[in-house]
Amino acid sequence: MNFRTLLAIGGLSIAFSAPAQEPIRVGSFLAVTGPAAFLGDPEQKTLELYIEKLNAAGGLLGRKFQLFAYDSAGDAEKARGYVKRLIEQDKVDVIVGGSTTGETMAAVPLAEAAGTPFISLAGAVVIVEPVKKWVFKTPHTDRMACEKVFVDMRARGATKAALISGSGGFDRSMRAECLKVAAKNGIQIVADESYGAGDTDMTAQLTKIKNTAGVQAVLNAGFGQGPAIVTKNYRQIGISAPLYQSHGVASKQYVKLSGDAAEGVRLPAAALLVADTLPDSDPQKKVVTGYKRDFEGRFKQEVSTFGGHAYDGLMLAVEAIRRAGSTNKAAVRDALESIRGYVGTGGVVNMSAQDHMGLDLSAFRMLEVRNGDWMLVK
Amino acid sequence: MAFSAGALPSASSKALAGLARRKGLAALALAIALLPLALPNNYTYEIAILVGLNAIVCVGLNLLVGYAGQISLGHAGFFGLGAYGSAILAARYGWPPLASLAAATAAVALLAWAIGRPILRLRGHYLAMATLGFGIIVSIVLATEDRITGGPDGMAVPPLTVLGFAVSGEKTWYWLVGALLIASVWVAQNLIASPRGRALRALHGSEFAAGALGIDAARHKLSIFVVSAVFAAAAGALTAHYAGFITPAKASFLHSIELVTMVVFGGMASTYGAVLGAAVLTTLPQFLTVFKEYEMVLLGAVMMLTMIFMPQGLAPTLARALGPALEKLLAAARRKPV
Amino acid sequence: MSSALAQYLLAGLTLGAIYALVALGFAIIYNASHVINFAQGEFVMIGGMAAAVFVESGLPLYLAVIFSIGTATLVGFALARFAVEPARGASVVTLIIITIGAAILLRGLATLVWDKKIHPLPAFSGDQPIVLGGATLLPQVLWVLGATALAVALLSWFFNRTLTGKAMLAVSHNRLAAQLVGVSVRRVLLVSFALSAALGALAGILIAPIAFTSWDAGVMLGLKGFAAAILGGLGSGPGAIAGGLALGLIEALGAGYLSSAYKDVFAFLIILAALVFLPNGLFGRRATERV
Repeated sequence: MNFRTLLAIGGLSIAFSAPAQEPIRVGSFLAVTGPAAFLGDPEQKTLELYIEKLNAAGGLLGRKFQLFAYDSAGDAEKARGYVKRLIEQDKVDVIVGGSTTGETMAAVPLAEAAGTPFISLAGAVVIVEPVKKWVFKTPHTDRMACEKVFVDMRARGATKAALISGSGGFDRSMRAECLKVAAKNGIQIVADESYGAGDTDMTAQLTKIKNTAGVQAVLNAGFGQGPAIVTKNYRQIGISAPLYQSHGVASKQYVKLSGDAAEGVRLPAAALLVADTLPDSDPQKKVVTGYKRDFEGRFKQEVSTFGGHAYDGLMLAVEAIRRAGSTNKAAVRDALESIRGYVGTGGVVNMSAQDHMGLDLSAFRMLEVRNGDWMLVK
Repeated sequence: MAFSAGALPSASSKALAGLARRKGLAALALAIALLPLALPNNYTYEIAILVGLNAIVCVGLNLLVGYAGQISLGHAGFFGLGAYGSAILAARYGWPPLASLAAATAAVALLAWAIGRPILRLRGHYLAMATLGFGIIVSIVLATEDRITGGPDGMAVPPLTVLGFAVSGEKTWYWLVGALLIASVWVAQNLIASPRGRALRALHGSEFAAGALGIDAARHKLSIFVVSAVFAAAAGALTAHYAGFITPAKASFLHSIELVTMVVFGGMASTYGAVLGAAVLTTLPQFLTVFKEYEMVLLGAVMMLTMIFMPQGLAPTLARALGPALEKLLAAARRKPV
Repeated sequence: MSSALAQYLLAGLTLGAIYALVALGFAIIYNASHVINFAQGEFVMIGGMAAAVFVESGLPLYLAVIFSIGTATLVGFALARFAVEPARGASVVTLIIITIGAAILLRGLATLVWDKKIHPLPAFSGDQPIVLGGATLLPQVLWVLGATALAVALLSWFFNRTLTGKAMLAVSHNRLAAQLVGVSVRRVLLVSFALSAALGALAGILIAPIAFTSWDAGVMLGLKGFAAAILGGLGSGPGAIAGGLALGLIEALGAGYLSSAYKDVFAFLIILAALVFLPNGLFGRRATERV
């Protein structure tokens, strides 16, 4: 095939494609590599999968979607650079991204200055508190996770708890939030230990907790392999108080890594993890089983709630653009803020001018590991 | 006191060397002045600014690694301390950013002097380990003291103000960083050309021999260590105020390695090499990002291949390849004045 | 001895044994080539990841162990043959950057060939903790300590009793003299990388049942191994082992008695202090410089 035929074919395909409409440009920056890759990887896959599905279904407003996604590797400076690229060079209409809080917070001033709607996929409370005009988020906050756990501890009669957390951003932020809301929820934190990134053994920290008088429950804030090592060491040195994990390990992988040691561990998580065992009456049943089927069918790997956050972020953006009837940024922002009763994988979203996340404690389910699977705690 | 290394240059060769220095500086200034023609938007300006800030650190680090032959794997620690020092003074204590920047840089200079005295007695890999340990301690403290530093998620930093005016916008920053880079190169080149600089090169050759010739090795190493720390701290503080945000990742061991890699990649013992190394390794990931999952493999391969085939680094190799051609051009221009 | 102290000591010994294996890898390569191999941690990762993936694909554990050590050895050999050897004569810093490039390349390859997930490896003899003087330990810890001791014994036999080993020792003492008596410096370099890679892989396999493994598991272990090698004295075998065990114990005791958030800070402060008073590490030879 020579150059001229190539040109001709190129010309034909342009001629036959739908009326030349500007695509809807969706920007994203995710930690696809680096220590937070387990967040960014399913998020990226989800965005690619659903952009493809949306386009196969004809797009929106007669326009196709186009995804601009960069790997920020969990690095705030890289994230900043790519967000500038998204805004200045790719001229995106909306940004759905930011796997970690550090990346998100580095990008916030840029989105605010440029007036680009930005839906973050990161956890910490600081992202939406205080409310920032152009910034929204889909995951539950770490403060909600603390409260959910503390409420459950109280229900089981515990008032004195120990904390063990990693040294990453997620871990330190959740630790700080838990320390803040503990007293309000009637919990006294009597031990506060931490472990480093890449640590291979936490028996020293746990031995200290074991020897602290009066510990009735233990909460581990962290993600990755750390919590799995904590869980195994916890059983090894034989602490009898119940162990709670955070929503950071809300994937089947945690159960797989910890093995038998995970039995009886509780954690707060989205309904997505127990999609198949949800009662049919549950409002989220349809959304979460649908997402699970799509994701697992395509990628042959188990869903995690993190990919679900990306699903929610993209769908909220799509819904806002549909309501706004255009990609006018101010109109899309206003539409985002007015979304109520949207059912996503993370819960039922009720946005408002005061709440740019729109989830309450009911969005979190308390789960327990039983026989190597998640069970809803009734 | 310390001009005994090497023969005393004659007045004419000194003048020639000075001319070559000014030419290099003029070329750098010209490049900085013309670059905006190739920068279509703020994103490309952003990359250029980051190149400039990294280049300032590398020019300083090159004095230590390239000229004094001392490995530091902890310069990100100085960078981070400068950044956080200025950020905390400005954000938490309301200092004007220019004052906080100066205070943080001065404090880092003192610290570098204090830790440099004991650890610079170490040689080679032991010194590398000591600086590495220092850097790691800094990054752990920054990540752990989250009440002050905001923890691993970082903290917001107020913008730089000069005489009450906020320095904002990519273009303003571009010219500021460009001017500072030229100033840094000028300072570095003068240091290298000074008697002290020649003493330094003697250290690189052989510390023992330099000592035998009456060069006070410890003192020179220490002063160059402090200078390079100051460059890193100032660039760190500027980066923080420019970005409006700083995380402890900038103080991490991996960032230290990145900085040394830039210096070696560009060409050790060459100030322009350090600038070139910073430029290439800062922009490379921006190009490689389109390769998605292959990015890491490509970055590693580029680093390895360059170092295997250009063990001197980019700048000296390029200079050797292009040098004769350039000379021919210059000679031709001289013959036929336009 | 209180049961808490016993537990801290056990934790420290386990960590220390792994650090010692990684540190030995640094020492062997340093002796043969004066290169600090910053890809040493990646050998650890390759060992763990390969073993985990082989087991997941249904291979029996012992075969997975043999194959993964073999894989890492080949990678080490290739690194020496195609990256370090062609750059011989380059400055030490240049060689270090080559190994840093190799580390990035190998991490990238690991995410492509395998994936970015965390993988478990089954413990060699179950997960039932053994109670010992009020403290508990996993049977895997005995494997770690035993295999480390065995590896050290084999290395000592290799260096003192075999011709190749003696040649490597000779090169580490005086390269030129070794060359003059007919030792192939090139071969010593290749063998040292292969051997270091095998040791690193062994460490990665032994630790994976305790701490899991992933594409970036080598970064911190490589760093700590380097610190241990320096603390012990670069190029010294007994130094690497002593440095590794010391580092492990400092970390565990620091986490237990002082502050777990600052345990790595104590470890590095102690290393800094040790270096100031012992500029060549615990067991290092006094460096002499030829003019």
